[in-house]
Amino acid sequence: MSVTRYTNDHEWVRQDADVAVIGITDYAQQQLGDVVYVELPDIGRQLEQGKEAAIVESAKAASELYAPVSGEVVAVNETILGNPALVNEDAMGEGWFIKLRLADPKQLDALMDETSYQAFVAEQG
Amino acid sequence: MADSADSPALRRTPLHDLHVALGARIVAFAGYEMPLQYRPGIIAEHLHTRSKAGLFDVSHMGQIRLHGGAAAALERLVPGDLQALAPGQMRYTLLLSEQGGILDDLMATRTGDGLLLVVNAARKEADLAHLEAHLDRAITIEPRFERALLALQGPAAAAVLARFAAGVERLPFMTGAEVSVCGISCFVTRSGYTGEDGFELSVAGDDAVALADILLNEAEVAPIGLGARDSLRLEAGLCLYGHDIDETTTPVEAALPWTIGKRRRAEGGFPGAAIIVQQLADGPGRRRVGLRPDGRAPAREGTAILDAAGAPLGRVTSGGFGPSVGAPVAMGYVAAAHTAPGTPLSLVVRDVPRPARVAALPFVPARYYRA
Repeated sequence: MSVTRYTNDHEWVRQDADVAVIGITDYAQQQLGDVVYVELPDIGRQLEQGKEAAIVESAKAASELYAPVSGEVVAVNETILGNPALVNEDAMGEGWFIKLRLADPKQLDALMDETSYQAFVAEQG
Repeated sequence: MADSADSPALRRTPLHDLHVALGARIVAFAGYEMPLQYRPGIIAEHLHTRSKAGLFDVSHMGQIRLHGGAAAALERLVPGDLQALAPGQMRYTLLLSEQGGILDDLMATRTGDGLLLVVNAARKEADLAHLEAHLDRAITIEPRFERALLALQGPAAAAVLARFAAGVERLPFMTGAEVSVCGISCFVTRSGYTGEDGFELSVAGDDAVALADILLNEAEVAPIGLGARDSLRLEAGLCLYGHDIDETTTPVEAALPWTIGKRRRAEGGFPGAAIIVQQLADGPGRRRVGLRPDGRAPAREGTAILDAAGAPLGRVTSGGFGPSVGAPVAMGYVAAAHTAPGTPLSLVVRDVPRPARVAALPFVPARYYRA
Protein backbone atom coordinates (compact mmCIF):
# COMPACT_ATOMS: atom_id res chain seq x y z
CA MET A 1 0.00 0.00 0.00
CA SER A 2 1.49 3.29 -1.08
CA VAL A 3 1.88 6.13 1.40
CA THR A 4 0.65 9.65 0.67
CA ARG A 5 2.83 12.62 1.62
CA TYR A 6 1.92 16.31 1.76
CA THR A 7 3.54 19.74 1.34
CA ASN A 8 2.97 23.13 3.02
CA ASP A 9 1.60 24.30 -0.34
CA HIS A 10 -1.20 21.72 -0.09
CA GLU A 11 0.04 19.30 -2.72
CA TRP A 12 -0.07 15.54 -2.21
CA VAL A 13 2.31 12.95 -3.62
CA ARG A 14 1.78 9.19 -3.63
CA GLN A 15 4.63 6.83 -4.45
CA ASP A 16 4.18 3.69 -6.55
CA ALA A 17 7.62 2.07 -7.08
CA ASP A 18 9.75 4.73 -8.81
CA VAL A 19 6.74 6.77 -9.97
CA ALA A 20 5.03 9.48 -7.91
CA VAL A 21 1.48 10.72 -8.54
CA ILE A 22 0.91 14.38 -7.67
CA GLY A 23 -2.21 16.43 -7.05
CA ILE A 24 -3.69 19.14 -4.83
CA THR A 25 -5.29 18.29 -1.51
CA ASP A 26 -8.97 18.33 -0.69
CA TYR A 27 -8.28 21.33 1.56
CA ALA A 28 -6.64 23.13 -1.40
CA GLN A 29 -9.58 22.52 -3.74
CA GLN A 30 -11.99 23.76 -1.05
CA GLN A 31 -9.97 26.93 -0.62
CA LEU A 32 -9.71 27.51 -4.37
CA GLY A 33 -13.38 26.94 -5.07
CA ASP A 34 -14.57 25.95 -8.55
CA VAL A 35 -11.60 24.93 -10.68
CA VAL A 36 -12.18 26.20 -14.23
CA TYR A 37 -8.82 25.60 -15.92
CA VAL A 38 -5.61 23.66 -15.49
CA GLU A 39 -2.35 23.84 -17.39
CA LEU A 40 -0.09 20.76 -17.21
CA PRO A 41 3.60 20.29 -18.10
CA ASP A 42 4.80 18.48 -21.23
CA ILE A 43 5.65 14.80 -20.92
CA GLY A 44 9.42 14.41 -20.56
CA ARG A 45 9.92 17.73 -18.76
CA GLN A 46 12.25 17.62 -15.76
CA LEU A 47 10.54 19.11 -12.71
CA GLU A 48 12.54 20.46 -9.83
CA GLN A 49 11.28 20.20 -6.27
CA GLY A 50 9.59 23.42 -5.14
CA LYS A 51 9.38 24.89 -8.67
CA GLU A 52 6.21 25.59 -10.64
CA ALA A 53 4.86 22.43 -12.24
CA ALA A 54 1.27 23.26 -13.23
CA ILE A 55 -1.33 26.03 -13.12
CA VAL A 56 -4.74 25.72 -11.53
CA GLU A 57 -7.30 28.46 -11.99
CA SER A 58 -10.47 28.84 -9.97
CA ALA A 59 -13.41 31.10 -10.75
CA LYS A 60 -11.57 33.84 -8.83
CA ALA A 61 -7.83 33.47 -9.39
CA ALA A 62 -4.87 31.59 -10.85
CA SER A 63 -2.45 29.68 -8.63
CA GLU A 64 0.57 27.42 -9.12
CA LEU A 65 1.09 23.80 -8.28
CA TYR A 66 4.71 23.34 -7.16
CA ALA A 67 6.52 20.05 -7.68
CA PRO A 68 6.61 18.35 -4.25
CA VAL A 69 9.60 16.27 -5.46
CA SER A 70 11.98 16.34 -8.43
CA GLY A 71 11.62 14.05 -11.42
CA GLU A 72 10.69 13.56 -15.07
CA VAL A 73 7.05 13.91 -16.14
CA VAL A 74 5.88 10.53 -17.43
CA ALA A 75 2.13 11.22 -17.60
CA VAL A 76 -0.40 14.02 -17.10
CA ASN A 77 -4.12 13.76 -16.36
CA GLU A 78 -5.68 14.86 -19.64
CA THR A 79 -9.16 14.30 -18.22
CA ILE A 80 -8.87 17.40 -16.00
CA LEU A 81 -7.96 19.55 -19.02
CA GLY A 82 -11.45 18.96 -20.42
CA ASN A 83 -13.21 18.56 -17.07
CA PRO A 84 -11.44 20.78 -14.50
CA ALA A 85 -14.33 20.31 -12.05
CA LEU A 86 -13.00 16.79 -11.43
CA VAL A 87 -10.30 18.44 -9.30
CA ASN A 88 -13.06 19.65 -6.95
CA GLU A 89 -14.96 16.39 -7.03
CA ASP A 90 -12.03 14.05 -6.34
CA ALA A 91 -8.88 16.00 -5.58
CA MET A 92 -7.13 13.08 -3.91
CA GLY A 93 -8.01 10.52 -6.59
CA GLU A 94 -9.35 10.98 -10.14
CA GLY A 95 -8.39 14.66 -10.02
CA TRP A 96 -4.62 13.96 -9.97
CA PHE A 97 -2.33 16.19 -12.05
CA ILE A 98 1.05 14.64 -12.89
CA LYS A 99 2.99 11.38 -12.70
CA LEU A 100 6.76 11.73 -12.27
CA ARG A 101 9.65 9.30 -12.37
CA LEU A 102 11.32 10.13 -9.05
CA ALA A 103 14.81 11.58 -9.26
CA ASP A 104 15.44 11.01 -5.55
CA PRO A 105 12.87 8.96 -3.62
CA LYS A 106 14.42 10.16 -0.35
CA GLN A 107 12.85 13.60 -0.97
CA LEU A 108 9.54 12.02 0.05
CA ASP A 109 10.77 11.31 3.55
CA ALA A 110 11.03 15.02 4.39
CA LEU A 111 7.37 15.69 3.48
CA MET A 112 4.48 15.56 5.94
CA ASP A 113 2.53 12.38 6.55
CA GLU A 114 -1.26 12.34 6.84
CA THR A 115 -1.30 13.09 10.58
CA SER A 116 1.15 15.97 10.33
CA TYR A 117 -0.70 17.44 7.37
CA GLN A 118 -4.08 17.30 9.12
CA ALA A 119 -2.50 19.13 12.08
CA PHE A 120 -1.01 21.67 9.66
CA VAL A 121 -4.41 22.27 8.04
CA ALA A 122 -6.05 22.63 11.45
CA GLU A 123 -3.57 25.41 12.26
CA GLN A 124 -4.60 27.29 9.09
CA GLY A 125 -7.95 27.86 10.77
CA MET B 1 -12.19 42.76 -6.75
CA ALA B 2 -10.65 41.38 -3.57
CA ASP B 3 -9.47 44.58 -1.97
CA SER B 4 -6.93 44.54 0.84
CA ALA B 5 -8.06 42.22 3.61
CA ASP B 6 -5.94 43.80 6.34
CA SER B 7 -7.56 47.24 6.49
CA PRO B 8 -8.28 48.02 10.15
CA ALA B 9 -11.98 48.70 10.62
CA LEU B 10 -14.06 46.71 8.18
CA ARG B 11 -17.73 47.53 8.28
CA ARG B 12 -20.54 45.01 8.25
CA THR B 13 -23.92 45.14 6.57
CA PRO B 14 -27.12 44.42 8.55
CA LEU B 15 -27.10 40.93 6.96
CA HIS B 16 -23.63 39.97 8.17
CA ASP B 17 -24.74 37.42 10.77
CA LEU B 18 -27.12 35.87 8.26
CA HIS B 19 -24.25 35.43 5.75
CA VAL B 20 -22.18 33.68 8.40
CA ALA B 21 -25.11 31.46 9.39
CA LEU B 22 -25.59 30.55 5.72
CA GLY B 23 -21.98 29.35 5.49
CA ALA B 24 -20.58 32.29 3.52
CA ARG B 25 -16.88 32.70 2.89
CA ILE B 26 -16.34 36.32 3.95
CA VAL B 27 -13.85 38.64 2.21
CA ALA B 28 -12.95 42.30 2.52
CA PHE B 29 -14.47 44.36 -0.28
CA ALA B 30 -14.64 48.16 -0.47
CA GLY B 31 -14.20 48.47 3.30
CA TYR B 32 -16.84 45.86 4.15
CA GLU B 33 -16.88 42.25 5.20
CA MET B 34 -18.88 40.72 2.37
CA PRO B 35 -19.85 37.19 1.29
CA LEU B 36 -17.66 36.01 -1.62
CA GLN B 37 -19.62 32.79 -1.95
CA TYR B 38 -21.79 30.38 0.00
CA ARG B 39 -21.38 26.58 0.15
CA PRO B 40 -22.57 25.82 -3.42
CA GLY B 41 -19.76 27.98 -4.86
CA ILE B 42 -19.47 30.68 -7.50
CA ILE B 43 -20.43 28.62 -10.56
CA ALA B 44 -23.46 26.98 -8.96
CA GLU B 45 -24.62 30.35 -7.59
CA HIS B 46 -24.16 31.98 -10.99
CA LEU B 47 -26.16 29.27 -12.78
CA HIS B 48 -28.84 29.33 -10.10
CA THR B 49 -29.35 33.07 -10.68
CA ARG B 50 -29.70 32.53 -14.45
CA SER B 51 -32.19 29.67 -14.02
CA LYS B 52 -34.20 30.61 -10.89
CA ALA B 53 -33.56 33.55 -8.55
CA GLY B 54 -30.66 34.78 -6.47
CA LEU B 55 -30.66 37.11 -3.48
CA PHE B 56 -27.67 39.46 -3.18
CA ASP B 57 -26.72 41.70 -0.28
CA VAL B 58 -25.51 44.94 -1.86
CA SER B 59 -25.98 47.05 1.28
CA HIS B 60 -22.36 48.22 0.97
CA MET B 61 -23.44 50.42 -1.93
CA GLY B 62 -24.21 54.03 -1.12
CA GLN B 63 -27.76 55.38 -1.15
CA ILE B 64 -28.12 59.15 -1.33
CA ARG B 65 -31.32 61.15 -1.54
CA LEU B 66 -31.41 64.58 -3.16
CA HIS B 67 -34.27 66.94 -2.30
CA GLY B 68 -35.33 70.01 -4.27
CA GLY B 69 -34.92 70.63 -8.00
CA ALA B 70 -32.52 67.72 -8.08
CA ALA B 71 -32.73 66.59 -11.72
CA ALA B 72 -31.67 69.93 -13.17
CA ALA B 73 -29.03 70.40 -10.47
CA LEU B 74 -27.41 66.98 -10.90
CA GLU B 75 -27.30 67.42 -14.68
CA ARG B 76 -24.39 69.82 -14.11
CA LEU B 77 -22.34 66.79 -12.95
CA VAL B 78 -23.58 63.97 -15.24
CA PRO B 79 -24.29 63.59 -19.00
CA GLY B 80 -27.69 61.88 -18.61
CA ASP B 81 -31.00 63.56 -19.45
CA LEU B 82 -32.41 63.50 -15.93
CA GLN B 83 -35.04 66.18 -16.53
CA ALA B 84 -36.74 63.84 -19.00
CA LEU B 85 -37.36 61.31 -16.22
CA ALA B 86 -40.96 61.06 -15.09
CA PRO B 87 -41.47 60.38 -11.36
CA GLY B 88 -40.56 56.72 -10.73
CA GLN B 89 -38.30 56.43 -13.78
CA MET B 90 -34.63 55.65 -13.32
CA ARG B 91 -31.50 56.02 -15.39
CA TYR B 92 -27.92 54.74 -15.38
CA THR B 93 -25.60 57.73 -15.41
CA LEU B 94 -22.02 58.84 -14.69
CA LEU B 95 -20.37 61.43 -12.48
CA LEU B 96 -17.75 63.05 -14.74
CA SER B 97 -14.53 64.98 -14.19
CA GLU B 98 -13.71 68.19 -16.07
CA GLN B 99 -11.61 66.01 -18.42
CA GLY B 100 -14.60 63.78 -19.15
CA GLY B 101 -13.25 60.92 -17.01
CA ILE B 102 -15.68 58.79 -15.02
CA LEU B 103 -15.67 59.54 -11.26
CA ASP B 104 -18.38 56.95 -10.59
CA ASP B 105 -21.31 55.22 -12.23
CA LEU B 106 -24.68 55.31 -10.53
CA MET B 107 -28.41 54.75 -10.75
CA ALA B 108 -30.69 57.77 -10.36
CA THR B 109 -34.44 57.39 -9.78
CA ARG B 110 -36.76 60.39 -9.89
CA THR B 111 -39.15 60.80 -6.96
CA GLY B 112 -41.26 63.94 -7.25
CA ASP B 113 -38.76 66.78 -7.30
CA GLY B 114 -36.03 64.63 -5.76
CA LEU B 115 -33.69 61.86 -6.85
CA LEU B 116 -32.63 58.61 -5.21
CA LEU B 117 -29.06 57.68 -6.08
CA VAL B 118 -27.28 54.35 -5.71
CA VAL B 119 -23.50 54.71 -5.99
CA ASN B 120 -20.52 52.37 -5.65
CA ALA B 121 -19.40 51.33 -2.18
CA ALA B 122 -15.78 52.32 -2.68
CA ARG B 123 -16.83 55.74 -4.03
CA LYS B 124 -19.68 56.74 -1.73
CA GLU B 125 -17.74 59.08 0.56
CA ALA B 126 -15.98 60.69 -2.41
CA ASP B 127 -19.28 61.03 -4.28
CA LEU B 128 -20.94 62.64 -1.27
CA ALA B 129 -18.10 65.17 -0.98
CA HIS B 130 -18.30 65.83 -4.74
CA LEU B 131 -22.06 66.46 -4.55
CA GLU B 132 -21.65 68.72 -1.50
CA ALA B 133 -18.95 70.72 -3.28
CA HIS B 134 -20.74 71.13 -6.60
CA LEU B 135 -24.50 70.96 -6.20
CA ASP B 136 -26.55 74.13 -5.86
CA ARG B 137 -27.05 75.08 -2.19
CA ALA B 138 -30.82 74.83 -2.71
CA ILE B 139 -30.50 71.04 -3.01
CA THR B 140 -30.56 69.08 0.24
CA ILE B 141 -28.20 66.09 0.17
CA GLU B 142 -29.26 63.25 2.45
CA PRO B 143 -26.83 60.33 2.71
CA ARG B 144 -28.68 57.14 3.62
CA PHE B 145 -25.68 54.86 4.09
CA GLU B 146 -27.39 53.09 7.00
CA ARG B 147 -30.05 51.66 4.70
CA ALA B 148 -29.77 48.12 3.34
CA LEU B 149 -30.04 47.16 -0.32
CA LEU B 150 -31.01 43.67 -1.48
CA ALA B 151 -31.09 42.51 -5.09
CA LEU B 152 -33.41 39.71 -6.18
CA GLN B 153 -32.34 38.63 -9.67
CA GLY B 154 -33.28 35.91 -12.11
CA PRO B 155 -36.19 34.63 -14.21
CA ALA B 156 -38.20 33.65 -11.10
CA ALA B 157 -37.62 36.98 -9.31
CA ALA B 158 -40.90 38.60 -10.38
CA ALA B 159 -43.06 35.59 -9.48
CA VAL B 160 -41.36 35.31 -6.08
CA LEU B 161 -41.66 38.97 -5.16
CA ALA B 162 -45.27 39.15 -6.37
CA ARG B 163 -46.23 36.58 -3.70
CA PHE B 164 -45.51 39.27 -1.09
CA ALA B 165 -46.28 42.41 -3.09
CA ALA B 166 -49.04 41.82 -5.62
CA GLY B 167 -48.63 43.91 -8.77
CA VAL B 168 -44.86 44.34 -8.44
CA GLU B 169 -44.45 41.93 -11.36
CA ARG B 170 -45.86 44.64 -13.65
CA LEU B 171 -43.38 47.31 -12.55
CA PRO B 172 -41.69 48.39 -15.82
CA PHE B 173 -37.94 47.90 -16.33
CA MET B 174 -35.91 50.86 -14.98
CA THR B 175 -38.67 52.24 -12.77
CA GLY B 176 -39.13 52.26 -9.03
CA ALA B 177 -41.95 52.51 -6.50
CA GLU B 178 -42.66 52.41 -2.77
CA VAL B 179 -43.83 48.86 -2.13
CA SER B 180 -44.84 47.02 1.02
CA VAL B 181 -43.35 43.53 1.03
CA CYS B 182 -45.16 41.53 3.74
CA GLY B 183 -45.64 44.76 5.66
CA ILE B 184 -41.99 45.84 5.27
CA SER B 185 -41.70 49.26 3.65
CA CYS B 186 -39.31 49.07 0.64
CA PHE B 187 -38.36 51.22 -2.31
CA VAL B 188 -38.28 48.68 -5.12
CA THR B 189 -36.75 49.23 -8.56
CA ARG B 190 -36.90 46.90 -11.58
CA SER B 191 -33.17 46.85 -12.19
CA GLY B 192 -30.03 44.93 -11.42
CA TYR B 193 -26.49 43.97 -12.35
CA THR B 194 -26.83 40.47 -13.78
CA GLY B 195 -28.48 40.84 -17.21
CA GLU B 196 -31.54 39.05 -15.80
CA ASP B 197 -34.96 40.36 -14.87
CA GLY B 198 -35.04 41.38 -11.24
CA PHE B 199 -35.39 43.96 -8.52
CA GLU B 200 -33.35 45.97 -6.08
CA LEU B 201 -35.02 46.58 -2.73
CA SER B 202 -33.96 49.48 -0.54
CA VAL B 203 -35.03 48.89 3.04
CA ALA B 204 -34.30 50.24 6.53
CA GLY B 205 -31.29 48.46 8.03
CA ASP B 206 -33.43 47.12 10.88
CA ASP B 207 -35.82 45.43 8.42
CA ALA B 208 -33.15 43.85 6.22
CA VAL B 209 -32.91 40.47 7.96
CA ALA B 210 -36.69 40.01 8.03
CA LEU B 211 -36.92 40.83 4.31
CA ALA B 212 -34.03 38.51 3.43
CA ASP B 213 -35.60 35.68 5.48
CA ILE B 214 -38.92 36.07 3.68
CA LEU B 215 -37.29 35.87 0.26
CA LEU B 216 -34.79 33.10 1.10
CA ASN B 217 -37.65 30.97 2.40
CA GLU B 218 -39.00 30.67 -1.16
CA ALA B 219 -38.00 27.49 -3.00
CA GLU B 220 -36.53 29.30 -6.04
CA VAL B 221 -34.33 31.68 -4.07
CA ALA B 222 -30.72 31.06 -3.01
CA PRO B 223 -28.22 33.49 -1.49
CA ILE B 224 -25.57 34.61 -3.98
CA GLY B 225 -22.15 36.07 -3.17
CA LEU B 226 -19.94 38.69 -4.75
CA GLY B 227 -18.05 36.10 -6.81
CA ALA B 228 -21.12 35.18 -8.85
CA ARG B 229 -22.24 38.82 -8.90
CA ASP B 230 -18.98 39.57 -10.73
CA SER B 231 -19.24 36.71 -13.25
CA LEU B 232 -22.92 37.54 -13.92
CA ARG B 233 -22.23 41.20 -14.62
CA LEU B 234 -19.19 40.33 -16.76
CA GLU B 235 -21.26 38.00 -18.97
CA ALA B 236 -23.89 40.77 -19.16
CA GLY B 237 -21.20 43.17 -20.43
CA LEU B 238 -21.72 45.57 -17.50
CA CYS B 239 -18.87 47.74 -16.25
CA LEU B 240 -17.26 47.44 -12.82
CA TYR B 241 -16.08 50.79 -11.51
CA GLY B 242 -12.35 50.97 -10.79
CA HIS B 243 -11.73 48.21 -13.34
CA ASP B 244 -13.58 48.72 -16.63
CA ILE B 245 -14.19 52.42 -16.06
CA ASP B 246 -12.42 55.04 -13.97
CA GLU B 247 -11.21 58.61 -14.07
CA THR B 248 -8.94 57.83 -17.06
CA THR B 249 -11.78 56.55 -19.27
CA THR B 250 -14.48 58.66 -20.91
CA PRO B 251 -18.04 57.44 -21.53
CA VAL B 252 -17.29 57.26 -25.26
CA GLU B 253 -14.15 55.18 -24.78
CA ALA B 254 -16.09 52.98 -22.34
CA ALA B 255 -18.67 52.20 -25.07
CA LEU B 256 -21.34 54.00 -23.03
CA PRO B 257 -22.34 56.73 -25.53
CA TRP B 258 -26.00 55.89 -24.88
CA THR B 259 -25.62 57.42 -21.41
CA ILE B 260 -25.20 60.84 -23.03
CA GLY B 261 -28.69 62.19 -23.67
CA LYS B 262 -29.55 63.68 -27.06
CA ARG B 263 -30.49 67.01 -25.49
CA ARG B 264 -27.31 66.99 -23.42
CA ARG B 265 -25.15 66.44 -26.53
CA ALA B 266 -26.74 69.48 -28.14
CA GLU B 267 -26.70 71.69 -25.05
CA GLY B 268 -23.53 70.54 -23.27
CA GLY B 269 -23.38 71.85 -19.71
CA PHE B 270 -21.82 68.72 -18.14
CA PRO B 271 -18.18 68.22 -17.11
CA GLY B 272 -15.86 67.38 -20.00
CA ALA B 273 -18.62 68.11 -22.53
CA ALA B 274 -16.25 69.58 -25.16
CA ILE B 275 -13.98 66.49 -25.06
CA ILE B 276 -16.89 64.05 -25.04
CA VAL B 277 -18.83 65.72 -27.86
CA GLN B 278 -15.61 65.75 -29.92
CA GLN B 279 -15.10 62.02 -29.27
CA LEU B 280 -18.71 61.32 -30.26
CA ALA B 281 -18.11 63.11 -33.56
CA ASP B 282 -14.65 61.73 -34.38
CA GLY B 283 -14.77 58.38 -32.62
CA PRO B 284 -12.53 57.61 -29.64
CA GLY B 285 -8.91 56.51 -30.01
CA ARG B 286 -9.64 53.36 -28.04
CA ARG B 287 -12.79 51.59 -26.98
CA ARG B 288 -13.99 48.97 -24.49
CA VAL B 289 -14.82 45.67 -26.23
CA GLY B 290 -15.70 42.11 -25.35
CA LEU B 291 -12.96 39.49 -25.74
CA ARG B 292 -13.26 35.73 -26.20
CA PRO B 293 -10.10 33.64 -25.79
CA ASP B 294 -10.01 30.74 -28.29
CA GLY B 295 -8.71 28.36 -25.63
CA ARG B 296 -9.82 27.67 -22.09
CA ALA B 297 -7.28 29.81 -20.19
CA PRO B 298 -8.98 32.78 -18.51
CA ALA B 299 -7.45 36.19 -19.28
CA ARG B 300 -7.67 38.25 -16.12
CA GLU B 301 -7.52 41.96 -15.38
CA GLY B 302 -4.22 43.49 -16.52
CA THR B 303 -3.57 40.95 -19.31
CA ALA B 304 -1.84 42.62 -22.29
CA ILE B 305 -3.75 42.62 -25.59
CA LEU B 306 -1.67 42.37 -28.81
CA ASP B 307 -2.71 42.68 -32.45
CA ALA B 308 -2.16 39.86 -34.95
CA ALA B 309 1.37 41.20 -35.60
CA GLY B 310 2.25 41.34 -31.89
CA ALA B 311 1.94 45.10 -31.36
CA PRO B 312 0.31 46.22 -28.07
CA LEU B 313 -3.34 47.28 -28.34
CA GLY B 314 -4.41 47.67 -24.71
CA ARG B 315 -5.22 45.69 -21.59
CA VAL B 316 -7.94 43.47 -20.17
CA THR B 317 -9.95 45.30 -17.50
CA SER B 318 -12.15 42.38 -16.35
CA GLY B 319 -11.84 38.74 -17.18
CA GLY B 320 -12.55 35.27 -15.94
CA PHE B 321 -14.60 32.17 -16.58
CA GLY B 322 -18.18 32.72 -17.79
CA PRO B 323 -20.24 29.88 -16.31
CA SER B 324 -23.22 30.39 -18.64
CA VAL B 325 -20.97 30.82 -21.68
CA GLY B 326 -18.99 27.77 -20.54
CA ALA B 327 -15.73 29.43 -21.52
CA PRO B 328 -13.50 32.34 -20.52
CA VAL B 329 -14.76 35.85 -21.24
CA ALA B 330 -13.16 39.26 -20.78
CA MET B 331 -13.49 42.96 -21.49
CA GLY B 332 -10.75 45.42 -22.24
CA TYR B 333 -9.71 48.47 -24.18
CA VAL B 334 -8.26 48.21 -27.70
CA ALA B 335 -7.19 50.78 -30.28
CA ALA B 336 -10.10 51.94 -32.44
CA ALA B 337 -9.05 50.03 -35.59
CA HIS B 338 -9.41 46.71 -33.76
CA THR B 339 -12.86 46.98 -32.21
CA ALA B 340 -14.96 45.08 -34.78
CA PRO B 341 -16.38 41.79 -33.47
CA GLY B 342 -14.40 38.87 -34.88
CA THR B 343 -11.11 40.80 -35.05
CA PRO B 344 -8.31 38.34 -34.18
CA LEU B 345 -5.84 39.38 -31.51
CA SER B 346 -3.88 37.74 -28.75
CA LEU B 347 -3.92 37.87 -24.96
CA VAL B 348 -0.64 37.42 -23.09
CA VAL B 349 -1.34 35.00 -20.24
CA ARG B 350 1.74 33.92 -18.22
CA ASP B 351 4.05 35.38 -20.89
CA VAL B 352 2.47 33.35 -23.70
CA PRO B 353 0.40 35.16 -26.39
CA ARG B 354 -2.81 33.18 -26.84
CA PRO B 355 -5.29 33.64 -29.69
CA ALA B 356 -8.57 35.45 -28.98
CA ARG B 357 -11.22 37.46 -30.81
CA VAL B 358 -13.14 40.64 -30.23
CA ALA B 359 -16.70 39.65 -29.29
CA ALA B 360 -20.00 41.52 -29.22
CA LEU B 361 -21.31 42.46 -25.77
CA PRO B 362 -23.18 41.15 -23.88
CA PHE B 363 -21.84 37.58 -23.90
CA VAL B 364 -25.27 36.28 -22.91
CA PRO B 365 -28.51 37.92 -24.11
CA ALA B 366 -30.06 40.34 -21.63
CA ARG B 367 -33.45 39.17 -20.31
CA TYR B 368 -34.79 42.39 -18.84
CA TYR B 369 -38.55 42.68 -18.31
CA ARG B 370 -40.49 44.10 -21.22
CA ALA B 371 -44.19 44.63 -20.60
